[in-house]
Amino acid sequence: MEDILARAGKVAEAAEVFMASSEETPVQFEANRLKHVQSKQASFVALRIIREGRVGYAVSTELNDRQKLVEAAVETAEFGIRAEFTLPGATAYPRTKVFDPAVESVSLEEMVGLGSELIDMVRKHTPEILCDAEVAKGTTLVRIINSRGGELSYRQTGFSLGIQGQLIRGTDMLFVGEGQSSCRPLSDTGAVAGVVLRQLELAREQAPIATKVLPTVFTPDGVASALISPLMVALNGKVVLQGASPVGNKLGEQIFDRKLSLHDDPTIGYRPQSRPADDEGTPSQRTPLITRGTVAGFIYDLQTAALARKKSTGNGGRHHGGLPSPTPSAFIFTAGDTAFDDMVSDIKEGLIIEQLMGAEQGNILSGDFSGNVLLGYKIESGKIVGRVKDTMVSGNIYQLLKEITAVGSDARWVGSSVYTPSLYCPGLSVASK
Amino acid sequence: MPDITESARRLAELITNCQADYIEARLEESQASYITYRGRELESIGKTRAVGGNVRALIKGGWGFTSFNDLSDLASRVESAVKQAQLARGKKSELAPVEAVIDSVLTLQDRNPVIMPLAQKKRLLDEYNDVIWETPKIQTSIIAYGDSCKKTIFLSSLGSFIEQERADVTLRLAAIATEDTEVQQAGLSLGSRGDFSAIENLHQPAAEMARHAVAMLSAPRVAGGEYTVVLDPVLAGVFTHEAFGHLSEADFVYENDRLREIMALGREFGAAELSIVDDATLPERRGSFKYDDEGVPAAKTYLIREGKLTGRLHSRETAAKMAEAPTGNARALSYRYPPIVRMTNTYIEPRTASFSDLISDIKEGIYAKNWYGGTTSMEMFTFSAGEAYMIRNGKLAEPVRPVTLTGNVFHTLKNIDAIGNDLDMNQGGGCGKGGQMPLPVSNGSPHIRIRRCLVGGR
Repeated sequence: MEDILARAGKVAEAAEVFMASSEETPVQFEANRLKHVQSKQASFVALRIIREGRVGYAVSTELNDRQKLVEAAVETAEFGIRAEFTLPGATAYPRTKVFDPAVESVSLEEMVGLGSELIDMVRKHTPEILCDAEVAKGTTLVRIINSRGGELSYRQTGFSLGIQGQLIRGTDMLFVGEGQSSCRPLSDTGAVAGVVLRQLELAREQAPIATKVLPTVFTPDGVASALISPLMVALNGKVVLQGASPVGNKLGEQIFDRKLSLHDDPTIGYRPQSRPADDEGTPSQRTPLITRGTVAGFIYDLQTAALARKKSTGNGGRHHGGLPSPTPSAFIFTAGDTAFDDMVSDIKEGLIIEQLMGAEQGNILSGDFSGNVLLGYKIESGKIVGRVKDTMVSGNIYQLLKEITAVGSDARWVGSSVYTPSLYCPGLSVASK
Repeated sequence: MPDITESARRLAELITNCQADYIEARLEESQASYITYRGRELESIGKTRAVGGNVRALIKGGWGFTSFNDLSDLASRVESAVKQAQLARGKKSELAPVEAVIDSVLTLQDRNPVIMPLAQKKRLLDEYNDVIWETPKIQTSIIAYGDSCKKTIFLSSLGSFIEQERADVTLRLAAIATEDTEVQQAGLSLGSRGDFSAIENLHQPAAEMARHAVAMLSAPRVAGGEYTVVLDPVLAGVFTHEAFGHLSEADFVYENDRLREIMALGREFGAAELSIVDDATLPERRGSFKYDDEGVPAAKTYLIREGKLTGRLHSRETAAKMAEAPTGNARALSYRYPPIVRMTNTYIEPRTASFSDLISDIKEGIYAKNWYGGTTSMEMFTFSAGEAYMIRNGKLAEPVRPVTLTGNVFHTLKNIDAIGNDLDMNQGGGCGKGGQMPLPVSNGSPHIRIRRCLVGGR
């Protein structure tokens, strides 16, 4: 890496070398049986240079192809964007805990055992279900050096447990599932299976639902599948800079319900999205985005922040090894104080959305969403009476989140990058066959 | 860069004496370039190079798989794939028999978009961006161009040794219009198997796309509910892919007794007019190839013929377990992944109806065009249109906001009651499955009409 930096230094005003290498070991079960054991080794090196004021960029998996990498970066710099930023020099980083040596010592046999245990728990409840499960562990090494003396390297471990079940009756298909991830070994198969068993219980009966506007509770999974993507786009500093974000000129204005607060946080211990710094070497920080309904900030990388006359929020991410751009780490909604059961018992006729399919396909910039309720339940007189089918919902997140009836006390992680409670909305358009 | 041919020869030796029922390896070298714009300014321009490989071993029905881009210690990679398969082993290995193939399909000499000068690519994109920005009320634009070329060597314990090359070009244009708090966008996706000229001369469509984004600002939304819907070839292609294509992938079915009953060959899925085909042997499509990633020759497979289920897409394993013939549909996104059952070029066969035949007796319906995306849970699917218009009294009427449509595969295909005569294949799509995305595919269809299709709206 130092050699690449030195070579680049001869042809450019500034240079940065980023390297990531990873080892990953997934164990996969299909149709209730162990099917694949895999190991994946991958590494790449990325060179970013500033030459005659312009950014050049090249990526290779060949760590020894140094001169080729420098040449490719120089070639692209001829057309590159004008660099408005300065690379960070030597600085102090937060001691975010993302490495646990215990992950490396979990054996393949133990991982197979965890997967079997998960499947057994779910099948004990519903013998005819077909389950796919995955137990995976991995280690990543990241190193960044730049020509201003900036230097950072860290190791990160990861571990995940997940299961998906499919239950077919006639031509009716029910899909249930849950997954958890951490930088530390996970072994609480009961917690993962418990979520699935609850879904199976609630979906036992089918319930018809009317085509009309109904009060709706989004569970944490429902929030993640329906409402998060438009917010991740709208709060991206680059979208704001382009004038394409509906909240871009609303900084300091209250446009959401006062019960809603959201921040981005890559500093939480042992979370897969945490790290001491982003992919440009900017130290990680907690960034408020919505504070009691008021737009409080946007996420930035170095270049976008410089153009917007802001500071990088440490959200420079390299998606698939590309040039850094503003990327959410973990979006965290502040929990409320209403128990999930109290939301349900408050509703005479309504809908619970656990999984919405297709919500991200629409015009997410406008906040419009529309999707098929893949897993959702009907509420009648304060009770969940069964699963809804052939049902579509549509709405706009800005209208929906302007007035929330209640925010749940049940906040939890959904996947690795969203932490949210249930949200109870007074009305959502429902269309059903 | 290390020579992958030399590594492949070494792997061919290493796998001959392995304690496995079957073992294969794939090596790959690729180059790519990309240029993206966000707004007036270029956002990123870059080049990538990658070399890597994998070894996959089968022992008593259990698979071991190891992928790597460090080619220095191939013996230990083979050893660990075998060890992993040993751990995953179950009862017995089943693979449909295929002939060993030694072949070389080299195409990059004739056509390689990656080596074209970046300046030439950028000039074209600048022109498109200018066209978009000439439209009033356009707030910003997004342009994403990418190209790649790739050489793959596949070898197996059957004695196969296959070299294949492919190139790929994709272009996505989007125009975003704003007014007050409204934000609307329109997009255009194109692709080709490495032919740069397929994305040239798009100035006119780019201008129309920008004007459409602006028109959407004042367009009304449709009320949710059931409508008679006419789909254009692009959207009908996405519909074919999502609504039926994925369900015909045998890896969803082969170990699932209930689904095997539902997906019994001969089951009626649609009217006698409906035939759906997957065909990797079509020349020069993004989903085309000569051999799949298990070394099986590509084939044309009728999934539905005259309304009845007649075939499905297989890997060697799913074919053996279902006692059907392999179809050459095992594909891997890259050396980082094992091959899984995938579509290639999937389409509805054309019939005789003209566009005006399709809409002339619709009192109130929706004409949906172009695509944002689609997804499926097998039974249920959703797909969203990039453009939509009302149909009133047999005529195209006012534009409306883009719609999302949903359906149930067991009902919706039966509700296709008219099929047009104007088959067109869309090259702009990428398919995602099992974390492998975007895999180059193409989808197509003539215009089709669907009765009682559920449309989301307020």
